[in-house]
Amino acid sequence: MSMEDAIMNDMTQIDQGVAVDELKMQARNVDVFYGAGGGTRSAEDMAADKAITHAIKHVDVDIADKTVTSFIGPSGCGKSTFLRVLNRMNDTIDGCRMTGDVTLEGENIYDPKVDPVQLRAKVGMVFQKPNPFPKSIFDNVAYGPRIHGLARNKADLAEIVEKSLRRAAIWDEVKDRLDAPGTGLSGGQQQRLCIARAVATSPEVLLMDEPCSALDPIATAQVEELIDDLRSRFSVVIVTHSMQQAARVSQKTAFFHLGELVEFDDTDKIFTNPSDPRTESYITGRIG
Amino acid sequence: MLWILITLLALGALGFVLGRQRAVASAGGDTRVLHSLPVYYGTNVTLLTLVPALLVLGVWLMAQPIVIDRMVSAQLPDSYVAEAASRDLLMTEIRRLADGIDTAVERGAFNGLDALNLSVGDDIRRQLADAGVALGADVSPEVLQAAQSFREMSGAGRTWMTVAVFALALAGLAYAYLRTTKDLRARNRVEHMILGVLMLASTLAILTTVGIVLSMLWDTRNFFQLYPWQDFFFGLEWRPSFEGNSELGLIPLLWGTLYISLIALLVAVPIGLFAAIFMAEYATRRVRSVAKPLIEVLAGIPTIVYGLFALITVGPMLRDYFAAPLGLGNSSSSVMTAGIVMGIMLIPFVSSLSDDIINAVPQSLRDGSYGLGATQSETVKQVVLPAALPGIVGAVLLAASRAIGETMIVVLGAGAAARLDLNPFEAMTTVTVKIVGQLTGDTDFSSPEALVAFALGLTLFVITLGLNIFALYIVRKYREQYE
Ligand SMILES: Nc1ncnc2c1ncn2[C@@H]1O[C@H](COP(=O)(O)OP(=O)(O)O)[C@@H](O)[C@H]1O
Ligand SMILES: [Mg+2]
Repeated sequence: MSMEDAIMNDMTQIDQGVAVDELKMQARNVDVFYGAGGGTRSAEDMAADKAITHAIKHVDVDIADKTVTSFIGPSGCGKSTFLRVLNRMNDTIDGCRMTGDVTLEGENIYDPKVDPVQLRAKVGMVFQKPNPFPKSIFDNVAYGPRIHGLARNKADLAEIVEKSLRRAAIWDEVKDRLDAPGTGLSGGQQQRLCIARAVATSPEVLLMDEPCSALDPIATAQVEELIDDLRSRFSVVIVTHSMQQAARVSQKTAFFHLGELVEFDDTDKIFTNPSDPRTESYITGRIG
Repeated sequence: MLWILITLLALGALGFVLGRQRAVASAGGDTRVLHSLPVYYGTNVTLLTLVPALLVLGVWLMAQPIVIDRMVSAQLPDSYVAEAASRDLLMTEIRRLADGIDTAVERGAFNGLDALNLSVGDDIRRQLADAGVALGADVSPEVLQAAQSFREMSGAGRTWMTVAVFALALAGLAYAYLRTTKDLRARNRVEHMILGVLMLASTLAILTTVGIVLSMLWDTRNFFQLYPWQDFFFGLEWRPSFEGNSELGLIPLLWGTLYISLIALLVAVPIGLFAAIFMAEYATRRVRSVAKPLIEVLAGIPTIVYGLFALITVGPMLRDYFAAPLGLGNSSSSVMTAGIVMGIMLIPFVSSLSDDIINAVPQSLRDGSYGLGATQSETVKQVVLPAALPGIVGAVLLAASRAIGETMIVVLGAGAAARLDLNPFEAMTTVTVKIVGQLTGDTDFSSPEALVAFALGLTLFVITLGLNIFALYIVRKYREQYE
């Protein structure tokens, strides 16, 4: 069975016939540089500087609502970097500069008026390695609602926590030990706990950076199922190094190569009939 | 002594060369067929030559004086011991005389044979004085005889030691040399011996600690035979007097120690911790590279300099601007002075330990928090500090141990008057200061006034030990919970 057949096979398991909803986020002409220091140099200027890493080059992407969009591409091509552009997590990295425009529901998120801290409550993030806080399971999930004052009282908070844990498909496993430390769970449970934690702030977009790469196949399957569920309420962006995973969970796929967006299209189109030869080489295993 | 060591080392070097040569020769000059690299064969011979011989040398050097003391002491007629003040004093006198005769022989005052034939009638005290050795009293026949047998046994012991050590070294060398063939697993043997040496080092470290504690225990026991323990532990007065009738209550000293340490920690912990948080979480690399060494410079200042700072600057300032206007006394030595200055001393200690601990908190936790829309200070307060807490508690308790053991700053900052008082602007003193006080000057080491120092030292040791155990317990507890 060839690689393409395998992918086709996988895709038939999940219904791909979802109508693409309206636009959620839009990125235009985004460039990202590492090691740029402070200052306000222009993109051309920084791109010409050999000492600066040009991690993302003129990328345009549209993220639709209630859709799973996946970013694929070889290691180091800038998938994580671009994902962090979408919730301004790059702001926390010293010497990282970005140029271009990114909008969330029509509003520029890089506008000086926008508070990146508030933005990150709306654009949640799940990381590659499960990173529960050294707190109880309850406090992990309640962390976001507490800082943002989302609950009116204790009962309200408990309800948010329960709802989030249910949505992350982990409620049944932890409902009897909400006071136990989150770090004591298994890897797969920890990752679902982190998803619950991100869901608890009711984000509009959920970013996931290789959420399954530290998990075993069973936990991976659980998380993938969960991602498909989450699509009913959020728009999800997932970075993955597994093409099968991209094919299984996403409706839209973006293929990055050396910092450029090579191709961005419906997932089945990318995997069955890519228009760029580089995409074809990658999905058939010739590059990467 | 020195020549024994040098000769041993030379033997070791010789062993290295021989072992290496023999190994290479047994391989017919082709080092590839050797089991190990040629150096290992050399090292193997060297180690077998040196290690057992050095061990025996060390043990012998420690054991010989003890054994000889015992034997000489047993020779003394009981009746004579009963007359003298104590057996210990008598033994000191004997050792002194024996050493004196040796020294005199060395300096050529009389030759070895004369030394053996000395008798009481010869006015040994004057003869030795001429040779530059002073004796405390005239020599009695019993002491002279004991001293002579002491010298004899020491001499014999030294000869036997030399013989034994060299016999062992040569035997080791010969054995290892003969065993050296190309198939000998020299590499593994060297590995084993190195392991042994490392283990020996750690055993020694532990044994010394045990030894220190035992010697303290011994003198403390002597103290409690002379002074009731209830009066020591629960006494509220500290009034030693060398005419007897001392009151040696621990409480005022302990109070001073804890009061000063508390103030020191109140100064050091917030400032040190906040400085660490700033350094680790907020400072840019450039600020960090300047500020961190600056703070750590504080750690290199000798405590006596802090003491001077307390005495000359902080003390008078506190008196003039706080204590006097508030009507709280007019002493420039005070608990406050010592506490504040000690706190300043501890700041770099707390901050550099906490800084390391905060830096060790994984970045992924911070990312997780930022990713949920937390600000930097929320992240620090709710994620970074809780994760770093066990380490920080450990750092604080270590700082507390140091504060409790500090002496110089207290002497110069808080004075030496033992007092039980709440007013932080009064002069008080601490356990360590009194330990020094009781043992300096003209002290009679069998009086309770001097021996109390050991009881105080042991108490201090138990307190810091307890503190450290508590720190370990806390760290464990949190670790179980969070890892
Ligand atoms: N914090 C950083 N500092 C400097 N360079 C970085 C940093 N993070 C990523 N890069 C560089 O940016 C490029 C893209 O990295 P990344 O987005 O992590 O790739 P991917 O997630 O696709 O593997 C790489 O060349 C990487 O070396
Ligand atoms: Mg990545």
